[in-house]
Amino acid sequence: MISLDLLFEAVIFGVLLGSFYAAVSLGLSVAFGLLDVPYVAHPALLVLGAYCIYLLGTLGLDPIVSGILLMPVFFILGILIYRIYYETFEKRGSDTDVRGLAFFFGLAFIIEVCLILVFGVDQRTVRASYIGSSLEIGEYRLPYRMLVAFAIAITLTVALTQYFSKTFTGRAIKAVGQDQEALRLMGADPVKIKQLAFGIATAINALAGAMLVIVGPVDPSMDRIYIGRTFCVVVLAGLGSMSGTLVAGLVLGITESVVLMTLGASWAPAVSFGLLLVMLGVRPQGLFGR
Amino acid sequence: MKFWISSLSLLAFFFVLTLLGVNEYFFFAGFVVLQFIVLATAWNILGGYAGYVNFGVPAFLAVGAYSAVVLFKAISAPIVVQILGGGVMAGLLGLGVGLLTLKLRGIFFSIATVAVVFILETCVNNWRYVGGATGLQLTRPEGLWLFSTYTRFLFFMMSLLALIAVATARYVQTSYLGRGLRAVRDSEEAAECSGVPTLKLKLIACTVSGALMGVAGAPMPMYLSFVEPTSIFNLSYAISALGMPIIGGTSHWVGPLIGAIVLATVQQVVTVTISSELNVLVLGVLLIVFVIAAPDGIIGLFKKWKRFSK
Amino acid sequence: METLLKITELTKNFGGFTALSGVNLEVGAGERLGLIGPNGSGKTTLINCISGAFNQSQGSIELKGREITGLKAYQRTRLGISRSFQIPRPFSSMTVLENLLVPIAFVGGSDGPKEVEEAMAILQQMGLHLKAHLQSNKLSQVELRKMELARAMAAKPKLLISDEAMAGLAGAEVDEILQILFDLNATGITVIMIEHIMQAVMKFSQRVVCLDTGKIICQGTPSEIVKDPHVQRAYLGD
Repeated sequence: MISLDLLFEAVIFGVLLGSFYAAVSLGLSVAFGLLDVPYVAHPALLVLGAYCIYLLGTLGLDPIVSGILLMPVFFILGILIYRIYYETFEKRGSDTDVRGLAFFFGLAFIIEVCLILVFGVDQRTVRASYIGSSLEIGEYRLPYRMLVAFAIAITLTVALTQYFSKTFTGRAIKAVGQDQEALRLMGADPVKIKQLAFGIATAINALAGAMLVIVGPVDPSMDRIYIGRTFCVVVLAGLGSMSGTLVAGLVLGITESVVLMTLGASWAPAVSFGLLLVMLGVRPQGLFGR
Repeated sequence: MKFWISSLSLLAFFFVLTLLGVNEYFFFAGFVVLQFIVLATAWNILGGYAGYVNFGVPAFLAVGAYSAVVLFKAISAPIVVQILGGGVMAGLLGLGVGLLTLKLRGIFFSIATVAVVFILETCVNNWRYVGGATGLQLTRPEGLWLFSTYTRFLFFMMSLLALIAVATARYVQTSYLGRGLRAVRDSEEAAECSGVPTLKLKLIACTVSGALMGVAGAPMPMYLSFVEPTSIFNLSYAISALGMPIIGGTSHWVGPLIGAIVLATVQQVVTVTISSELNVLVLGVLLIVFVIAAPDGIIGLFKKWKRFSK
Repeated sequence: METLLKITELTKNFGGFTALSGVNLEVGAGERLGLIGPNGSGKTTLINCISGAFNQSQGSIELKGREITGLKAYQRTRLGISRSFQIPRPFSSMTVLENLLVPIAFVGGSDGPKEVEEAMAILQQMGLHLKAHLQSNKLSQVELRKMELARAMAAKPKLLISDEAMAGLAGAEVDEILQILFDLNATGITVIMIEHIMQAVMKFSQRVVCLDTGKIICQGTPSEIVKDPHVQRAYLGD
């Protein structure tokens, strides 16, 4: 029998882990959930972001600071990627799914290979004052790095949700996935809106990359497991649901944490993919989907 | 008729080669190229004809390989049985993934194939019977019948499988299946309203594609005398199986063939002249360049060149 | 007139939103039926339920006395229900001729030389035979609409649903399409026409049905419909 104490600790850890997963999936929620772009390269960009943060870390910069500094760079990168995608695929109608997917898979692959060539396959970490020690509450130990990631995750989610509901451009982004005509009538250019959204989605990856490398060591092949985790969250939430992303993240985080504790580390990576397959088979529109 | 005459002649030629005193390395490398021909052709049946991108090729390859291992260990099955077993199991996997996701959009099928890789790799890593994460050694027979080494036999076997794969792709393409799949790829809604049983056709393509990949994987344990998860679940198989048809041309069965030969050659050249890590990168870059600039692949470029020079 | 299509208490919900509510409709064999209604009234949803793209939430649909609920779209096509799409969906990698060979092969069962002749005959009827070997993504708008109808015809339908085939076309082009639909009906095919171009609907239809917010608010001859206060209110508001 598993002790209730251990289970409780796993759940708490799962909550922290889950909000981290949610924040890491926000970019995908925008790019794929709202804009319908088959952005399977999202996790690869996440890992790229993490490595950039690592590099800046070797120069002595704190990961969170690096993350924030990196956001404009990734914003531009996102716009660039979207422009290539749009000009080559989205404009042209049929057959786009295959080529768009092939493009993004290829991109993810190239990023992974380049990272291996430059950094090697070993894991990299960063150092910061909050990494390594834990907060002790009663009998439970909550690692500070998880708490920091949790804090960033919540802030990011709240900021993004507010942006999408309160600002004009934010609401335009939410609308563009559903009704381009209406947007055009309002004088907004759907392509520019999508471009902006994609830029934002990729910029988030910079900060999310910081969280990634804070939470644990990174290696170039991590993008594959994160395809599972991010798509699991986005599908579980339901395409187009921002708030659902947080709930979905928590579900995944807690499940993974409990599995980690009961079945061990060799089974934990399969959780996100398994959950994803179950959702696709049983309720593909997710918990809150449109 | 022309197809059968030329391909059977080629097969006979390969057979004769195995009897001659050609350098053993030729058969070793030839096996790999032929295997890629099967993989690329198999991928294209679903990816090129129907428009569904399978990124979980390593999983199907592994199902083939490990089914072969199980059959070999359990009942000392001969290689033909191993290959059949691998094909059947991988075909079932294709059917399963298809049933789960082919009713949804294409991207969900692709993600599901990535999921299958992970889940299968995790399972294999924990399965002691087939060697788990450390792998399993296998003793293979010396020579067989007229073949002086087992490698030569496997080379010939793989060339036979390549013929079967290409013939299957050719049949699918030219039959009603091919017409229906093309309609599905161009506009699934319109196809359904034109009387095309879209789900049925997609499932057939998925099953056949998966089975052929399993068939390509089944001889691998015997080829290496060794089987272990990391090398089989290698992502480069996924990119190669995807890249070869796209670079060669996805609309015709000749495309994956061309792509496989071209890429295998390029990879050899790069490995020998620059480095072996870079060769994987070259593959990825070529894939993206072709996807963006030459979507109809080498076949498409050739057609354009012909029209130009008229 | 014998009844071809019978729709009973048809209801379709999307989550909390009711697109169709208790629709009852009978369409006679060989009839020319016009279906009108403001945007969002449920016309396309009704068509999608008939063609099998959606499954209805409640109610039943019978074709020639046989219940077709639960049949997939391609099965309904094989039973004789054909439709064109509002936004044309050509098989863009294929030529015009090959586009027609798809329904011919999958509804008729074969695609040999006899079937190619059949396809060419249909294209002739539509005035597209000169473009038979052109890749379909090179056609003009009106040609694409004609090909949509030609493709629907190639499935040898008993019922043809034309979903806004004239949308966005200019005067002479509208007349071309209208004439095609008249000619098709003359061969015995029942035609349901959805259009916003009122003149075309009134000219074409023997009977007109008007939908608003998922319910039939009025049906009758064109002259009756035009005078009906419900219809006027639906289109012009109070």
